[in-house]
Amino acid sequence: MTDKTQYLVKQEPFYQSQGNEVALYEAAYGARLPVMIKGPTGCGKSRFVEYMAWKLGRPLITVACNEDMTASDLVGRYLLDANGTRWLDGPLTTAARIGAICYLDEIVEARQDTTVVIHPLTDHRRTLPLDKKGELIEAHPDFQLVISYNPGYQSLMKDLKQSTKQRFTGFDFDYPEAELETDIVAKETGLDREPTAKLIKIAHTARNLKGHGLDEGISTRLLVYAATLIKRGVAPGDACRMALVRPITDDADIRATLDHAIDAVFA
Amino acid sequence: MHPQVQTYWYELDCGFQQVAEVFEECVFEALSSFSRAQMKAYLDAARVLGKLGRGPEPMLALLEAWPGVVGSVKEDPLPAVMDFVRAMQKSPNGPAIAPFLQTLAAVARRQPSLPQLQAYMDIARELMARTTGSIHGFHQTIPSPGLPEFFAQAPRLLDLLSLQGLRNWVDYGIKNHGKHPERQTEYFKLASPDSRAVLQRERHGTLFHDVERKLDLTLRALWDEHEMLVPYSTAFDEIRQPIPYYDKLGMRVPDVFDDAHGVSGLDRYRAVLAHMVGHRRWSTPQIADNWSPFQRMAVEFFEDARIDTLLMREYPGLARLFLALHPKPIEGACDPETTSCLRHRLAMLSRAFLDPQHGYRDAVLNETVARFRAALGGGVSDTAAMAELALSYVAKTRRQSDQLAKVFFDDTVVDYRDDNRQLWKFIEEGDEEEAFDEPRQLQKNEEPQGLPPRHYPEWDYQSQSYRPDWVSLYESLHPAGNAAKIDRLLAKHGALAKRLKRLLDLLKPQDKVRIRYQEEGSELDLDVALRSLIDFRCGTTPDPRINMSHRTAGRDIAVLLLLDLSESLNEKTPAGDQTILELSQEAVSLLAWAIERLGDPFAIAGFHSDTRHQVRYLHIKGFSEPWNDDVKGRLAAMEAGWSTRMGAALRHAGHYLGNRQADKKLLLILTDGRPSDVDVSDERALGEDVRQAVRELGQKGVFPYCISLDPRADEYVADVFGRSYTVIDNVARLPEKLPELFMALTK
Repeated sequence: MTDKTQYLVKQEPFYQSQGNEVALYEAAYGARLPVMIKGPTGCGKSRFVEYMAWKLGRPLITVACNEDMTASDLVGRYLLDANGTRWLDGPLTTAARIGAICYLDEIVEARQDTTVVIHPLTDHRRTLPLDKKGELIEAHPDFQLVISYNPGYQSLMKDLKQSTKQRFTGFDFDYPEAELETDIVAKETGLDREPTAKLIKIAHTARNLKGHGLDEGISTRLLVYAATLIKRGVAPGDACRMALVRPITDDADIRATLDHAIDAVFA
Repeated sequence: MHPQVQTYWYELDCGFQQVAEVFEECVFEALSSFSRAQMKAYLDAARVLGKLGRGPEPMLALLEAWPGVVGSVKEDPLPAVMDFVRAMQKSPNGPAIAPFLQTLAAVARRQPSLPQLQAYMDIARELMARTTGSIHGFHQTIPSPGLPEFFAQAPRLLDLLSLQGLRNWVDYGIKNHGKHPERQTEYFKLASPDSRAVLQRERHGTLFHDVERKLDLTLRALWDEHEMLVPYSTAFDEIRQPIPYYDKLGMRVPDVFDDAHGVSGLDRYRAVLAHMVGHRRWSTPQIADNWSPFQRMAVEFFEDARIDTLLMREYPGLARLFLALHPKPIEGACDPETTSCLRHRLAMLSRAFLDPQHGYRDAVLNETVARFRAALGGGVSDTAAMAELALSYVAKTRRQSDQLAKVFFDDTVVDYRDDNRQLWKFIEEGDEEEAFDEPRQLQKNEEPQGLPPRHYPEWDYQSQSYRPDWVSLYESLHPAGNAAKIDRLLAKHGALAKRLKRLLDLLKPQDKVRIRYQEEGSELDLDVALRSLIDFRCGTTPDPRINMSHRTAGRDIAVLLLLDLSESLNEKTPAGDQTILELSQEAVSLLAWAIERLGDPFAIAGFHSDTRHQVRYLHIKGFSEPWNDDVKGRLAAMEAGWSTRMGAALRHAGHYLGNRQADKKLLLILTDGRPSDVDVSDERALGEDVRQAVRELGQKGVFPYCISLDPRADEYVADVFGRSYTVIDNVARLPEKLPELFMALTK
């Protein structure tokens, strides 16, 4: 049996709720309903799941999806062994066995044929057939499936199938309001509110450019990076250029514009 | 005449009445700054000019201009200038001496050193040498038509251009209009459009055109606004420089900004935009009927300062720009006894509003600043409150001299601020007793005929530079015809279609491809696993690569087929009774059918040209349009006519293809001859332009491929398209060749 404790979230993660999402999640978990979380990158989706796992005291198994991922990466595969072959459970199987929350991050990155393996786990059956092994797993009563995705930048090809979508309850996340985001970044990094508010202002300038050459605005996560750098004594302008501007764009015009915004905000 | 002037007059040895009239004045001006030797050289030069036999003008010009030249240039430029004058005198360009000397003082003010002046004269000398014509090729006999015009425009040109820019501008004129006297004159008079376009391209400073996107992004990012930015020209308005403004059509900004006061041109643009945005956010129009112009001016200064303050509150970094750009009037620089000082007072006040370290000591000023700060202390205040403050300030500091005609302008112009036309509304149109409503004009709603033209540059291989906005391209939908014709053509090639279909099935994305021998994979590869196990049991090292995985092999190709629809398509093929056009129709239909089956995004367009003023780009099928009767109808209606100016069409097609999201972008060009047009006599010119266009496409990530039906194409097509071309000699086989070629290309 897999060691359950290794998947437990040990420390309370910092999470600032934006509304009643914590209560809603608890209700969904109470009924073991699968949950889908949508939102732009770095707005706190994964942090939220981590926080909820901690709050509910459940183990959390996270899988970062990518387009090379296949069904067996989720379910499990045979490995070679001294005595022939040995079956190794994949993360999804493990979670279903031990009753963990299984979190599939950026699910649309995985190919559509991969994602259908989760279907039997997400409806009334709550089973996972391992056809290669010839086993049918009944999900543990505490098992819950959570997926996240970013509806923003993916192409038409990378949308979820209707049949997948309609198995989940959903949360729509977005970057928090300026005040709240200031709170979050300030609390997370310990930076004063005043420089933090300026960082948020720069983030808003970049978010205004979304769709005009930027696929995605500056995320809360990047803001935390920038604030951390400033906290460690880096000059604010340099920190912003390094943490906020350079990572998100290669477009010289946008870079120049954001650099100007930084100069305008940090006089 | 003064006795000393009299001696100079004898020295001058001149009988012109016109010179005698102004001589005394000129001498006095010269005497005030010239040394004795300079004076002598001055008179000697003037005497030489008087003896040229060209009337009094050259002499007059020198006498009047020279003191100005010496005033601006430190070294003595006289030998160089006289040298150039002699050169002109020896050539047929003698009449240009007077224009040269007339603008010399103005030029010297702009290029105030001998090397610079020398460079200017070198440019003029080159222009003279290359445009002075000869009839039989031995002696130059025809004067340069452009030279006098060039001299007349020189001060203005040097205002806008660096010397290198001037050289380029002159060079362009010589190359393109060297053989055409009227056009040359027009060019150097700055009267022709291309002359102005090249001037604009060569200007110094930050061109609006180059930073437009940055400004647009700034507007969006910092201010969350989207507004059209409309440049106005600053090059051709000398007397009244336009000021930025905004109206319902957009924000009007100058077409170029030089760096100034340590602020880059780009940042000056940004300051202008910020200020206009501020007005739009926080200003409300005021009823101004009862206010005098002075009062309005004061309100403008106060309101502008309020806007700037609020902007700096929003983005503190803007303070650096505003303070650098805002003039700093010197206290007491204006004498209120003789000059109208209101502007000066208001500019000082405006500076003090923005700059806490203004250091002005005037009591009323400081009190007003305190009131201004108090008004803005709590919130954003509003325009009406500013107007009240301004009016009370004007009343308090009013002086009789404010009405004087002599207005003090130094350091009072804040050039990043707009003209505030949105700040006023008037209840009455004018002051007249009988004010009638303006007669209402009915505007006819004319449907625009097609899209407005797009302008593309053309490459000039002789000067290795682009001719800006040279070609006008009109895009339109191809007229529709009978779709059944295409269906008939397709049916005719049924056998071929069947063969193609087999090929297509092979090409179709095989969605999954198995990759074996993987250490990590999705599935156990049983054969390999067993082999490894046997090895393992036997005691040898097993192969760990026992898994296999799958890969999707998809196609991501966008294709645009560009058809040359020029007149030559109407020719019959050597073998049969079909025209090339009909064969092309068949071929394109088959290709379109084939690509539709493959599922690649595919577009078709045709083009032909009638001089550079009219290149027609006909849209036949768009990327997202299915292969349906509409498209077939347009294809069926294809007609041939006019010429083949390919460069602009390629650039336009590349513009569409470049915007597609695809891994590979293929631009197929089906043509039957070399690029040509009726207004171009040089056979090579358009080919070189196409070559340049092909190079541009490559930079954009578009792969152009030419399919030529011209049996003689080998001579030139390789020069233009490099290795990416095919020549189809037997035109009759085009229908089968074209789809095959496409498949071979994209396999």
